[in-house]
Amino acid sequence: MLPVMTEVYGNASSIHYFGQTARKMLDASRMQVAALLRADSQEIVFTSGGTEADNLAIFGLTGGTGGHVITTTFEHPAVLAAAGQLDHTLVPVDGRGIVDPDRIQSALRPETKVISVMHANNEVGTIQPIAEIARIAAEAGVALHSDGVQAAGKIPVSVADLGVELYSISGHKIGAPKGIGVLYVRKGTALQPRTFGGRHERERRAGTENVAGAVALGRAAQWIAENGDAENRRQGVLRDRLEQSILDRIPDTRVNGAGAARVPNTTNIRFDGIDSDALLIALDLKGFAVSSGAACSSGAPEPSHVLLAMGLNRLEARSSIRFSLGRSNTVEQVDALVGALVDSVTHLRKLAPSYA
Amino acid sequence: MPERPLAVAMSGGVDSSVVAGMLQARGENVIGLTMQLWNQRRLPEIQSDKSTGRCCSLDDVYDARAVAQHLGIPYYVVNFERDFEDQVVRPFVDEYLAGRTPIPCTLCNNFIKFDRFLDMAEGVGADRIATGHYAQIRWNPDSGRWEMLRSVDRTKDQTYFLFGLKQDQLARSMFPLGAMEKSAVRELARELGIPTATKPDSQEICFVPNGDYAGFIDAYFREQGIAPREVAGELVTAAGQVIGEHAGVHHFTVGQRRGLRVAAGEPLYVISTDSASRRVTVGRDQELLSDRAHASGVNWISIAAPTEPVRAEVKIRNKHAAAPATLLPTSVADRVEIRFDQAQRAVTPGQGAVFYSDNLVLGGGWIE
Repeated sequence: MLPVMTEVYGNASSIHYFGQTARKMLDASRMQVAALLRADSQEIVFTSGGTEADNLAIFGLTGGTGGHVITTTFEHPAVLAAAGQLDHTLVPVDGRGIVDPDRIQSALRPETKVISVMHANNEVGTIQPIAEIARIAAEAGVALHSDGVQAAGKIPVSVADLGVELYSISGHKIGAPKGIGVLYVRKGTALQPRTFGGRHERERRAGTENVAGAVALGRAAQWIAENGDAENRRQGVLRDRLEQSILDRIPDTRVNGAGAARVPNTTNIRFDGIDSDALLIALDLKGFAVSSGAACSSGAPEPSHVLLAMGLNRLEARSSIRFSLGRSNTVEQVDALVGALVDSVTHLRKLAPSYA
Repeated sequence: MPERPLAVAMSGGVDSSVVAGMLQARGENVIGLTMQLWNQRRLPEIQSDKSTGRCCSLDDVYDARAVAQHLGIPYYVVNFERDFEDQVVRPFVDEYLAGRTPIPCTLCNNFIKFDRFLDMAEGVGADRIATGHYAQIRWNPDSGRWEMLRSVDRTKDQTYFLFGLKQDQLARSMFPLGAMEKSAVRELARELGIPTATKPDSQEICFVPNGDYAGFIDAYFREQGIAPREVAGELVTAAGQVIGEHAGVHHFTVGQRRGLRVAAGEPLYVISTDSASRRVTVGRDQELLSDRAHASGVNWISIAAPTEPVRAEVKIRNKHAAAPATLLPTSVADRVEIRFDQAQRAVTPGQGAVFYSDNLVLGGGWIE
């Protein structure tokens, strides 16, 4: 990425030599990303990240004319807030964190333009029955978008097998920097651009490409192609160890989303009687960065809408912590985290009037 | 670095920033916490560009975070919005509608800052908290009590709002600014390079823009979908003569002169309000005088609950010059009769009565 920022300074849309060098690197990255999704490189649209990809998907299919959107109650805010701008139906999820395709079917209306269902949930990691939903969408002649930000790189993704028209990914979730993302747009999908002023990305996304970011994303995709399976198996073993140790050593804990197929790096655990704000601060002070929901711009967490959507009450949602593992995490770190959790949860429960 | 961290309540303002900086310089293991208490984007119709100096805006959180980053201390935002609404905002609204004049800052101190926040600090491993309040705490080994004293900078003294603090709360709290002049605090802010050193002081009740309580209450009811109560009523004299009408008792506080909209030969003031009859009684200035009052929910700080009459100076609102009085215990344990040496103007139900002996805060309660 560094040489791209310092030496390859050309604009990928320029005709001159420098621009052509940038273009060549951009297109090579496009192929690497396409390979990750089993897509064609022409179907890859670089964006500024997952949020823009999700927004482009929803507004790109409804823009100008409006129309009805079907999505779920526990989507990422990038989808929920975009759908909120339009006529929309929110389909509930069950207690395991899975969408029932039949509920999607019953929400269909003649004016429905797009169905958007995330591939894997960002907070609990549950994997959604996208292929089944795709069959329903195809029968109804409605485009299906899936937010794959938490799935790509963690489980094998084939956009053809999934049957989606649109699929979002985000650079910083798969080892590339923040500020780059991708919207996969299946050939023939009538997607209107939402930014105007240039014919970039095959007229689907105006704006000079972030060449350095795209190159990094391509490299990240390449790394996953070579190492992803082994690394995901490793993280799955670590995650299971973390989960099992917590359940064994700390009473009154349960896994949110247990019983559903989940991506291998995520677990979301409820610790009865504790306030997740206090627990995550206590853990952070001990050097463990965990989360109580989704990262939030004001930094003042509200109870997770995902957990509320799964039927937890506010107190239960506020007692839950999300753990995400990454490539740098080791078994020693997991064991140290469990030790810190035992101490902190014990301390907090002693102070909690509601936990007897 | 000392093992046990100390949590500083950081509002983003100068005072609490200096507290964090000076304790860190003293070698304490400081963590910064900002309480998110109220979403300033609520009730947009009463917000204006001119409203500044309020807490809990996103700007304040940015400021507090910038200070924490400058100092290099761990920093977190904790969300107490729900507690704040339940424990401070709703009681504030209810009190006004009941015809009293509440002090939300005292409720916030009692139930949020020195309760929820103290618990949160303890939960994350900090056994003490420090705030930017202007007040002093000291241990008296003879009485075995934590005492509270007015701040050295008498113009900034905030003890009036702290009368509800219990001994166990005082034991775990620090007010490092209580011994400093405000000018020295600003000077120290510059020395510490605190990015918000020149930020103006906040003046208002944090969730009420521009001091418009009635406007806030009306907007809050609209937001909650509660039908506006029938609050309009009559303006009457002490003799019961109806001399005008008003739009609701929550627009009035005892001693108020403005907004009565009645023509009279001499200035008229609000003497009392009654929410049940929706009547606001007005009268001449001297009708506002009373030589006694009752305080309930009394909390004793620097002395144990007395069984005999006690001499004290009593402050009946924040800007009041404390007036000499005798405190008489009543048959109810936390209720006190206050007999002023000289009658006081506008003793207002809902406000605090705080008892001093020179600089020492003996205790305080709520005026009935």
